[in-house]
Amino acid sequence: MSNKYSFFSLLKNAFTYHENWQRAWRDPEPKKEYDTVIIGGGGHGLATAFYLAKKHNMRNIAVVEKGWIGGGNTGRNTTIIRSNYLWDASAGLYDHALKIWEGLSQELNYNVMFSQRGVMNLAHNLQDVRDLKRRTHANRLNGIDAVYLNTEQVKKFCPIINTSQDIRYPVLGGTLQRRAGTARHDAVAWGYARGADEMGVDIIQNCEVKGIKRNGDAVEGIETTKGFIKAKKIGVVAAGHSSVIANMAGLKLPLESKPLQALVSEPVKPIIDTVVMSNAVHAYVSQSDKGELVIGAGTDDYISYSQKGSHDIVEGTLNAILELYPIFSRMRMLRQWGGIVDICPDASPIISKTSVKGLYFNCGWGTGGFKATPGSGDLFAHTIANDEPHKLNAAFNLNRFISGDLVDEHGAAAVAH
Amino acid sequence: MFLINCPFCGEREQSEFKAGGEAHIERPKQPTELSDDEWAEFLFMRKNIKGVQFERWNHAHGCRKWFNIARDTSNDQIKAVYKMGEKPPVK
Repeated sequence: MSNKYSFFSLLKNAFTYHENWQRAWRDPEPKKEYDTVIIGGGGHGLATAFYLAKKHNMRNIAVVEKGWIGGGNTGRNTTIIRSNYLWDASAGLYDHALKIWEGLSQELNYNVMFSQRGVMNLAHNLQDVRDLKRRTHANRLNGIDAVYLNTEQVKKFCPIINTSQDIRYPVLGGTLQRRAGTARHDAVAWGYARGADEMGVDIIQNCEVKGIKRNGDAVEGIETTKGFIKAKKIGVVAAGHSSVIANMAGLKLPLESKPLQALVSEPVKPIIDTVVMSNAVHAYVSQSDKGELVIGAGTDDYISYSQKGSHDIVEGTLNAILELYPIFSRMRMLRQWGGIVDICPDASPIISKTSVKGLYFNCGWGTGGFKATPGSGDLFAHTIANDEPHKLNAAFNLNRFISGDLVDEHGAAAVAH
Repeated sequence: MFLINCPFCGEREQSEFKAGGEAHIERPKQPTELSDDEWAEFLFMRKNIKGVQFERWNHAHGCRKWFNIARDTSNDQIKAVYKMGEKPPVK
């Protein structure tokens, strides 16, 4: 099965018009029993299976996915990667992920098109300036690269931004993390799927989980549309549907699922070579390798699983984009879509054991989970394999909602949730 | 995006309203006697239902009154609107 991608394999397949590439992963029927079943075949779930196999020598693993792999939030996000979080716990978690991103294409032998083009966060009022300066200092104390830029430096770094002081929310400054950037979202799911499959992980698509069978305080297996699958351990990585799965096991989570929207424009020549985010006006923009502007909007404030958002949310974002970038005033938007994000009260994720033996949850990533994909998979695999959290995800347990030891990143994150 | 029939003002666009989350979560009667688990349950734990959910809404850009609705969160269809203090409709 092993089919290492290289210059030579590309050359060899060119002679047969690229018609004989091997398939990248199998399409197996589920076995009766697995040591570990991962529910959810997005980036985080596939990465979890990959690291369970690679670092913890587990082989009898399945990933079950309701639709197709990478078809949920992995394929719907705006692909921004950064680690400039305020609190120590978050900085540790997200920078762990960023360090894995830096070598991920080599590790997977799959080009995830990781591009460290920098992420700039803008300040539009005095409080923003103070908050961003504080965050810059906190980042540097945690060994994360961060610089504060004044208005002229912002303009120099990204010349198309309107830095006139006459606009409604003038640009007063910004922060820059140069190691941050973007990656190709589909490639992340496909790279992890291919790597996991090669180590024997069964990736079972079109297999919806209908129930979780418990035997007293421990899990026994899952009921699916492809029959009952016995499992010693179950890791749930179901993003917006985490609460639905939790309810099947008789648990409640501190989550609310809401639609988050994004949109892309028609493709144009290179115009913006970085990622610019703005918390106060809630707009962020980057340009994909195809040339489309990738624009992220906000969440609706009501719970919904409909994968559609409200029009006024998109309108508000585009108003802000047009004021900051007048050059985009005649751009036409090509596609708009929504994804369902699971938001925690403290806007930090949960990577945790539960009160049910053998049941683990990796959820609550809210509006910013893509950047953490490799780190999340690595730490969740550690938590499942050892039945104990890694020190980097110890703070992100479910118990923090009882103890009150929250990791409050609401104001500190780059955009409001 | 959908329309909400405010029991006081009539049908208006959803953007005029503020969602208040899950309804019928009762404020503890004896807060001083609550355990940490019970506080967590009251403050943070939510059913987050996919399907018909009872929830609170406020007509923030209208009469500013609170009321309840029963809404299917899988397709945003509103099944019933009822006032604060009233019992949720039987499905």
